[in-house]
Amino acid sequence: MIGTAEKPSGAYAPDAAPVLQVSNLTVSVNTEAGLKSLIRNISFSLNPGETLAIAGESGSGKSITSLAIMGLLPPPVVRVTEGQICLNETDLLTLPETRMRDIRGNRIAMIFQEPMTSLNPVMTIGAQLSEAIMAHDPIGRREAHTRSLEALTAVRMSQPEKRMSQFPHELSGGMRQRVMIAMALALRPDVLIADEPTTALDVTVQREVLELLRDLQRDLGTAMILITHDMGVVAEMADRVIVMQSGQMVEEGNVKQLFHAPKEDYTKALLASVPRMGDGSGAQEGGKAGASIAEIRNLKVRFDVRGGIFGRVTHRVHAVENVNFDIHAGETFALVGESGCGKSTIAKALAGLLPYTGQIRIAGSEIHSLTRAEAKAIRRDVQMIFQDPMASLDPRMRVGDLVAEPLVIHKIGTAAERSERVAMLFDRVGLSAAQMERYPHEFSGGQRQRICIARALALQPKLIIADESVSALDVSVQAKVLELMRELTEEMGVAYLFISHDMAVVENISDRVAVMYLGQIVEMGCRAQVFGNPQHAYTRRLIEAVPVPDPTYERPAGLRLAGDIPSPMRRLEDTPKLAKLVDIGEGHLVAMPD
Amino acid sequence: MFSFLIRRLLQSLLILLGVSMITFVLLYWLPADPVRQIAGRSATAQTVQNIREQLGLDQPLLVQYWRYLGNLLQGDLGRSYLQRTEVSTLIMSRLPASLLLMAGAIFAELLIGLSMGVVAALRRGSRTDQVLMIVSFVGVSAPQFVVGLLLLYVFAVQLHWFPIGGYGTFSHLVLPALTMGILGSGWYSRMMRSSMVDVLRQDFVRTARAKGLTRRRIILRHALPNAILPVIAMIGIDVGIFMGGIVVVESVFGWPGIGQLAWQAIQRVDIPIIMGVTLVSATAIVIGNLVADVISLMVDPRIKIR
Repeated sequence: MIGTAEKPSGAYAPDAAPVLQVSNLTVSVNTEAGLKSLIRNISFSLNPGETLAIAGESGSGKSITSLAIMGLLPPPVVRVTEGQICLNETDLLTLPETRMRDIRGNRIAMIFQEPMTSLNPVMTIGAQLSEAIMAHDPIGRREAHTRSLEALTAVRMSQPEKRMSQFPHELSGGMRQRVMIAMALALRPDVLIADEPTTALDVTVQREVLELLRDLQRDLGTAMILITHDMGVVAEMADRVIVMQSGQMVEEGNVKQLFHAPKEDYTKALLASVPRMGDGSGAQEGGKAGASIAEIRNLKVRFDVRGGIFGRVTHRVHAVENVNFDIHAGETFALVGESGCGKSTIAKALAGLLPYTGQIRIAGSEIHSLTRAEAKAIRRDVQMIFQDPMASLDPRMRVGDLVAEPLVIHKIGTAAERSERVAMLFDRVGLSAAQMERYPHEFSGGQRQRICIARALALQPKLIIADESVSALDVSVQAKVLELMRELTEEMGVAYLFISHDMAVVENISDRVAVMYLGQIVEMGCRAQVFGNPQHAYTRRLIEAVPVPDPTYERPAGLRLAGDIPSPMRRLEDTPKLAKLVDIGEGHLVAMPD
Repeated sequence: MFSFLIRRLLQSLLILLGVSMITFVLLYWLPADPVRQIAGRSATAQTVQNIREQLGLDQPLLVQYWRYLGNLLQGDLGRSYLQRTEVSTLIMSRLPASLLLMAGAIFAELLIGLSMGVVAALRRGSRTDQVLMIVSFVGVSAPQFVVGLLLLYVFAVQLHWFPIGGYGTFSHLVLPALTMGILGSGWYSRMMRSSMVDVLRQDFVRTARAKGLTRRRIILRHALPNAILPVIAMIGIDVGIFMGGIVVVESVFGWPGIGQLAWQAIQRVDIPIIMGVTLVSATAIVIGNLVADVISLMVDPRIKIR
């Protein structure tokens, strides 16, 4: 049986025979126009214990490469048309499906991007783990249970015994990804393929998972192929890097050499567009203190949770608790924090999409005191751009009409005037007026986000709420969209409420920053204050956790994270303690522990 | 779980109250006069008036309904106008036959529908898939009396495999159950197919493949349990559709169930029986939905009881 073959152990040994050898791999898709190649002539080798990163932007073919190695390409449409994939001495492409099945999960294992959907929702964690082990080792249920428990313990899961009988929805994203890692490494595979393993996770959770992967890999001597778009993750994890672009290998090299002396133009451009964290300096402070556009006072948003026979409110989710801040004309105010911290809830309240208590004053008028018509007029001043541009554009409408729609709703101008204005907006966001007649699916992700920006600009708002607006974009596209947003502030004086989980992006675009934790602001100040002199423990933790795109960077040791963030759901009588913000100088507010 | 059941039962009682009210009012407004039916054409005005008073039909609607409701709460569904028998006795004598038919029909439609759906999903885009979907389309669109007569002609008249009609043995059950099941199996096969196709695309199925599981195990252990979840809720709704179909199918096959009872009662404007059958049917639908919800609750750990 294959599973009994001797496993290599120990750390990365560059001189040993490669465990995996891919040569001239070409994968093609059957289309009506004939065979079209998705990746071409990919060749690389993977040594025992080594971490090889495959980096590239979306559509570069990095995931196709990994699926080809696993033999999981969707047949019969997509298939390998040329090349070899050798695991030790065996050419995987010549193996029949039954033999390939013995290898999958046993000698080559894989972790996927989406921990939320990668586990079966109606099976317990324990059953899913045991099943993976029993698929390859002829052992009984009891022994499989014991080994699953060991695997969960190995991935530092809290309360592993209890997790075994839980279902995936009862676990957080980070915990689910640990389960996936436990499943992949339980059989001690020769090769682990991690396809964007931390992309969907919060930054502090990402840090934990990356460290876990590194430790386990060192202990088990597994060779790893790490597929990622994040150059920070590449720099921290990889020994060697392959850069891919539109299905081809652009550059291959040792991680240090590739980061410090990239040979190819594409690699140089890719590295240049990676947002880097500094110490928050370089901003022109104080120069932008215009009149305040939005004033938020004592904002609270709570969601009722009902229970019992009569459906009474038993719990409340305290999504936003007592938040105060101002946004001035022409400034970019950033809200950062991890998922569930309440940052998007604030955006929705501000845009009038959610009921709230407290005061929101837009351009001097208190929203709650306005009539319906006045409130509608005020809405013109606040526009939103969302995370997923495809989902926020109606696929059956022409993009020109989509951009003109806000004008139609607010009855502005004649049809001719509107179309003239839309053409001007298209031009402004870097699209041509000729493209107005097209449909959203004909555009790339970055172009779609430009269309969303044009739509937001149509009403000449004073404030644009950008909720994770660049998170889904590739770094090179992201850099250009951010540049456009910056130009618009200077030209039109529009202010942004920039909501993001990405600390590096926030540091690059914002004037002032508020850090949120469990519905409250724990630190707020100008960029230099928050990034250059972070005072709250949580802010430091967030900044520390960001992967640094520099392979020579030495991470300060001893940083231990406190695990998952507690739930904002509380019993009725149990109100959260409000953080008291103290000014520690020049408007730098920090929540003080008491 | 307990408070969920209590709440659902209270809701069910409200629904039944509503059904009784609406049916009562509709029957009261009916242009056909039950008293004329009872008295016959040659009856004098005085006789008609006597019968009307005797049955309490001269009272205002509200009083009649109130009296009916009072009796109903004591388990009394009233007496048939024409048969002079307790409605509850009549219904109880025929309910087992209808329940048996319904059980047979549900079994038939699930067996046929789910297997057709799963096979079509697994062979998506193939000739098999196309043929199965055409068959299911025919099943959905064919009227039940046509399907019933066709089955009767082929399997009873020509092949003599099953009896032409009647009640008593398993072979009596097959054709009526199939007739009712064919309609449902068309729905179920389409629903199961799209649900299965959807689940097979999910990330966790890819994870299962990456574990090196066999195809059989991936389908049976991972895809099927997830794909069947939306179908379960459908079964509850289905009971309602059956109640409509049962009237037709029982007539075609001479099946002695409440469908036939209802049909005769409607023809003779025997209001107490119509009311009784309607309430029993509504109860069956409410129970069917409740059972489907409880099953969903048990098989899907994500559904939280609130």
